[in-house]
Amino acid sequence: MKMLSIVINDMHIQVPEGTTILEASRQVNLKIPTLCHLDLKEFGIKNQNASCRVCVVEVEGRRSLVPSCAEVCTDGMVIRTDTIRAISARRMAVELLLSNHPSECLVCTKNLDCDLQKLAQDLNVREIHYTGEKMHYEKDSSSFALIKDPNKCIMCRRCETVCNELQTCGILSAVDRGFNVIVGPAFHLDMADTSCTFCGQCVAVCPTAALTEIDNTTKVWQALNNPKKHVVVQAAPAVRVAIGEIFGMEPGTISTGKLVSALKALHFDAVFDTNFGADLTIMEEATELINRIENGGTLPMLTSCCPAWVKFFEHQFPDLLDIPSTCKSPMIMLGAITKSYYAEKMGIDPKDIVMVSVMPCLAKKAEAKRSELTKDDNDNVDIVITTRELGHMLIEAGVSFTRLQDSNFDSILGESTGAAVIFGTTGGVIEAAIRTAYEWMTKKTLEEVNFKQLRGMEGIRSATVKIGERNLRIGIAHGLGNARKLLEDIQKGISHFDAIEIMACPGGCIGGGGQPYHHRDMEIIKKRQMAIYQSDQNKKIRKSHENPYIKKLYEEYLGEPGGEKAHSLLHTHYVPRKRI
Amino acid sequence: MKNKIQNLEELWELKSKEFIKIKLREEDVPESTDEFKRHILFCGGTGCVSAESLKMIEACREGIKKRGLDKEVLVSQTGCFGFCSQGPIVKIHPEDVFYVHVKMEDIEELIEEHIVNNKIVQRLLYEDPKTHEHLPKQHDISFYKKQHRVALRNCGNIDPENILEYIAYRGYEALGRVLTTMIPEDVIEIMKASGLRGRGGGGFPTGLKWEATRKPVSDEKYIFCNADEGDPGAFMDRSILEGDPHTVLEAMAIAGYAIGASQGIIYIRAEYPLAIQRLEIAIKEAYDMGFLGKDIFDSGFNFDIKIKLGAGAFVCGEETALIHSVEGKRGEPTKKPPFPSIEGYKKKPTSVNNVETFANIPPIILNGPQWFCSMGTEKSKGTKVFSLAGKINNIGLIEVPMGTTLREIIYEIGGGITNDKEFKAVQTGGPSGGVITARDLDTPIDYESLLAIGSMMGSGGMIVLEEDDCMIDIAKFYLEFTQDESCGKCTPCRLGTKRMHEILVRISEGEGTMEDIERLRALGRMIKDSSLCGLGQSAPNPVLSTLEYFYDEYLAHIVDKTCPAGRCKALLKYSIIEEKCIGCTACARVCPVDAISGKPKEKHVIDPELCIGCGACYDACRFNAIIKP
Amino acid sequence: MEDVYKLENAEELLPVLDTFIDSFPNKKDEVIAVLHKAQDLFGYLPSELQLYIARKLDLPAAHIYGVVTFYSYFNEEKRGKYTINVCMGTACFVKGADKVMNEFHRILGIKTGETTPDNLFTLTDVRCIGACGLAPVVMVNDKVFGHIHAEDVPGIIESYKNREKEEA
Repeated sequence: MKMLSIVINDMHIQVPEGTTILEASRQVNLKIPTLCHLDLKEFGIKNQNASCRVCVVEVEGRRSLVPSCAEVCTDGMVIRTDTIRAISARRMAVELLLSNHPSECLVCTKNLDCDLQKLAQDLNVREIHYTGEKMHYEKDSSSFALIKDPNKCIMCRRCETVCNELQTCGILSAVDRGFNVIVGPAFHLDMADTSCTFCGQCVAVCPTAALTEIDNTTKVWQALNNPKKHVVVQAAPAVRVAIGEIFGMEPGTISTGKLVSALKALHFDAVFDTNFGADLTIMEEATELINRIENGGTLPMLTSCCPAWVKFFEHQFPDLLDIPSTCKSPMIMLGAITKSYYAEKMGIDPKDIVMVSVMPCLAKKAEAKRSELTKDDNDNVDIVITTRELGHMLIEAGVSFTRLQDSNFDSILGESTGAAVIFGTTGGVIEAAIRTAYEWMTKKTLEEVNFKQLRGMEGIRSATVKIGERNLRIGIAHGLGNARKLLEDIQKGISHFDAIEIMACPGGCIGGGGQPYHHRDMEIIKKRQMAIYQSDQNKKIRKSHENPYIKKLYEEYLGEPGGEKAHSLLHTHYVPRKRI
Repeated sequence: MKNKIQNLEELWELKSKEFIKIKLREEDVPESTDEFKRHILFCGGTGCVSAESLKMIEACREGIKKRGLDKEVLVSQTGCFGFCSQGPIVKIHPEDVFYVHVKMEDIEELIEEHIVNNKIVQRLLYEDPKTHEHLPKQHDISFYKKQHRVALRNCGNIDPENILEYIAYRGYEALGRVLTTMIPEDVIEIMKASGLRGRGGGGFPTGLKWEATRKPVSDEKYIFCNADEGDPGAFMDRSILEGDPHTVLEAMAIAGYAIGASQGIIYIRAEYPLAIQRLEIAIKEAYDMGFLGKDIFDSGFNFDIKIKLGAGAFVCGEETALIHSVEGKRGEPTKKPPFPSIEGYKKKPTSVNNVETFANIPPIILNGPQWFCSMGTEKSKGTKVFSLAGKINNIGLIEVPMGTTLREIIYEIGGGITNDKEFKAVQTGGPSGGVITARDLDTPIDYESLLAIGSMMGSGGMIVLEEDDCMIDIAKFYLEFTQDESCGKCTPCRLGTKRMHEILVRISEGEGTMEDIERLRALGRMIKDSSLCGLGQSAPNPVLSTLEYFYDEYLAHIVDKTCPAGRCKALLKYSIIEEKCIGCTACARVCPVDAISGKPKEKHVIDPELCIGCGACYDACRFNAIIKP
Repeated sequence: MEDVYKLENAEELLPVLDTFIDSFPNKKDEVIAVLHKAQDLFGYLPSELQLYIARKLDLPAAHIYGVVTFYSYFNEEKRGKYTINVCMGTACFVKGADKVMNEFHRILGIKTGETTPDNLFTLTDVRCIGACGLAPVVMVNDKVFGHIHAEDVPGIIESYKNREKEEA
């Protein structure tokens, strides 16, 4: 690679061709503030608008200040990042942003978690010299998943980039122009009326509180304080490898035991594991897959655990509704079993059970309200909160998370296998399904359960798994943009897969929109992924069909996987939806 | 269907044939050898068309036909003559008589007197405001005397909808020469030697731009013509496109050859329907005759041109925004570098040049770079077209050599200030420029000198202001414009111009403070220094330059709460002359804010604190008892 | 999508629009041309029509909406029979176009960008129509009125109202 010589604050350094000034400055530990900049290296996607102007620097020979995030170094370039001219321009840019921003930081959801706030502090903004009219748009809380508050939008356009380029949903665009410009959906529609999948990636990258989740913590407190209610909680696999970050633990710390203790500290009546639902999902999904393979059903079969993905294909590919598995997601399955099997066993009226889910995901909030998944006006899952919301609740309740002892999930829906925990990462669901399908199809014991060829972070992966005489062709995609590519191939009839796993969020659930803010930093997400595989490794039982409680559930209650009862409780259908 | 021109010889032959037909339009030719003995040319520019000049052509043709003269007299349209305040303009050849303010009802007289009786209609001639002499010839009129037309050479002389008239004036000869006798590098060298700089505002040397676009290796390159003339009060490009569309097409093909592009795109404002229509006709004609399309002049060079419409966004005049607009996106600029010459339309090398720049190119090829260099100043060669408007007698389009002084433009060409008011300033460069005051009237105008005095060439809009114009009001007008036209992408422009505008509104309403001046300066500096594109980087200029040259006027608004020019309504306070008031109550009844008190038949008083200066009382008073501030 | 057929004359106009769109090899590049055409045909760009175009061009509706709201030439509201454009270019401004505009506001009782309740007049401002020699200029549909001052405004409005009465 060609190296360039540059001078940055009097330091002579060498940088590879193509390096931006921002990257070069990091090389010598100079900190230039940024706001709109977002670099999704793994995906080759950059939000490089150079629009916020808080990273401006001086470059010799240039008339105006230069945005360091987007300006590529040239040989012999002389840069100064620390002049009063550059610093005061940055401070003024932040002042201008604040002059059009609600002054309600103390009561804002993103208080102390806001890039703009941090920047104002870092740049020593102590007074806003330029006051005037502020934007005045209605807050949109139309959906069950997210809130859009355009008045807090600073036009960094990160959300627009992830929505259009990463996820290819095309819900968000800059609308209008000049002072009135905001990012929003077509025709100023409510988000609920668009084809938004609620994947929450926009929320994950928003630097302010212009995009946040619907906060359900109050509902949980109310349920917990209602003596007539039997409040049950479940936590998804991806939560246990991320929640520690909220309490200052290293990304990738496995805190399953602490998580359970924390939930118990909040006085839930039972703490269940979504992983149990995941094992159950495998029972049904593997059955369905084998059925389709052996009886000439539609192939490829696509996984259906991810609600953002489900909504995506309903809006974008309404002609492919027969391809996805009809299995409900693990969360919903666990809800359904809780309100039937568990309720019966415990002798509780299902109407008195409140099922709370802790999820890494915003789309789960919307999924829980899908009319296809609620029965007799009784939701399978009543309240969904994110990992972040649980963090808030624990802090509110004064639970010292890091000092908690480990405890175990409650019986009878708390036991799970290693196959279930890997649901939290891209590639995990299909690996879990293969572990079971292999044994069922070959009637032999699977010795090597680690299917390394299915793992990794590449956006689209494919592998062939030999099951007996048969070569099963597996496809994996994470990120809806990658999913779209696979689906388009299916539409064109050029896809040659038997089974495909799709997760809406890059990295899978560990990179979900409800996780502690990672701002799509893949280093964090990779550590979470390692923790997920470690958890699998730590489990004695690593095949879903070997979960003793699952076996018992079928014996006592459900009958056969894919049978009539299982079908009515654990399967669903899809509806074509409008694309806007 | 006209035959395709295969080589220069064929073109020359056609040129000679066609020139004879319109030879009588040249003043040094005494007698017509043409089948038509006379040509009556009506201005077909937007200004005159608005005043029904095209309908007059119909009427004139009918009048001529009625008299059986239609074999002898040609009635035709031309492009803009430039002298818009005198429109509609009609010119009759070979006498070369220039009629002004012609109306529909004058047509019969014009035919009867001038054509039939060979008598000049005196009352329709231009009257010199000083000598009151009626001047029959265009070149005797002071408005035209100091002008030197290169880019506008054919405007007002040929029918823009007839390619043959363009050919008669050596049209497409430059393209022919380039394609048959030069290699692309030669063309770039000529452009570099000519010193031609971009006429859209930036002033970047055209030759260098082409060279930069020629260099990168790419399977496709593009030539863009920027005809998104958004500067309010400027109409140079429109007039060229309406009056001489072929010159732009020819120059684009030359540029395409020079940089190695086979496709050209003209991005034009949708607000210019006439220019679009003429371009469409011209493109069709050029294809028919083989000046566009495949294998032009049998040289193997192919070039296509398409028109793309704008949709009302000033920022699309910025080249990266323009490219995005052509790609069907929001016209938001992107950071430079990469420049379009490296990464432009569809990420391919693209040269974006302005209409007026293109109009200079065929004459440079035909006459050589030295000829072009001989005009202008050391660093700014050639001529520049300006649109002269505002409080000036001769409103219109002018073209003068670079280095002409403002005094010459305003007092000699422009005929001075309207109503003999006192000159105050000229705003050049539109929303990106600044004001030039009496102090700099004798500065020779070129790119550098205008920058040095805090303004800029811009695309060539010149708005003349006089004593009754308030500079805060003008600055506010421009800021309102840029703020409204800001794409909203970058912080300084989206929010900074908004805040500047708010401060100006405050000042104009008497609510300003001295700190506001500091705020304006600080914001202005920061917006110039850190905005993403040229729109933002130049947006503060109207404020900074009025602050520099008319600081006292700001003080008057802020400290004395008065508007010396009497424009800022909120600062106008009306009062009642006691002796004249008879207590009729008419004023009190119309006052929208109940600022006037007094019993019937008694003297009335205006409360200056409440008065909003709307002037309703002044209009209502029948006894001249109210004084206007 | 189905709603688009409820627009006036949609049965006739949509095929014209389709033909126009289908004439381009690279449809996605032609968003602006297509919007121009649609506005020419329908007079305005209601959301149903924008969505229809989005689907035809295979682009997200938000993209189309982002473009429509960016350019001032496109209007989403149905306009009155007569659109009054007051030129607000600099040449017209310094000659008192703001006063002319205010007079229109006062007499029509609407703001810039609005339409009178009887759907007769829509009032808009334009940035320079290039007829600076006639400043201040007002355009009513395609007809240009030059050298207009506030006192001429009532007459202009009356003349169009009278025309309406005659037509009725």
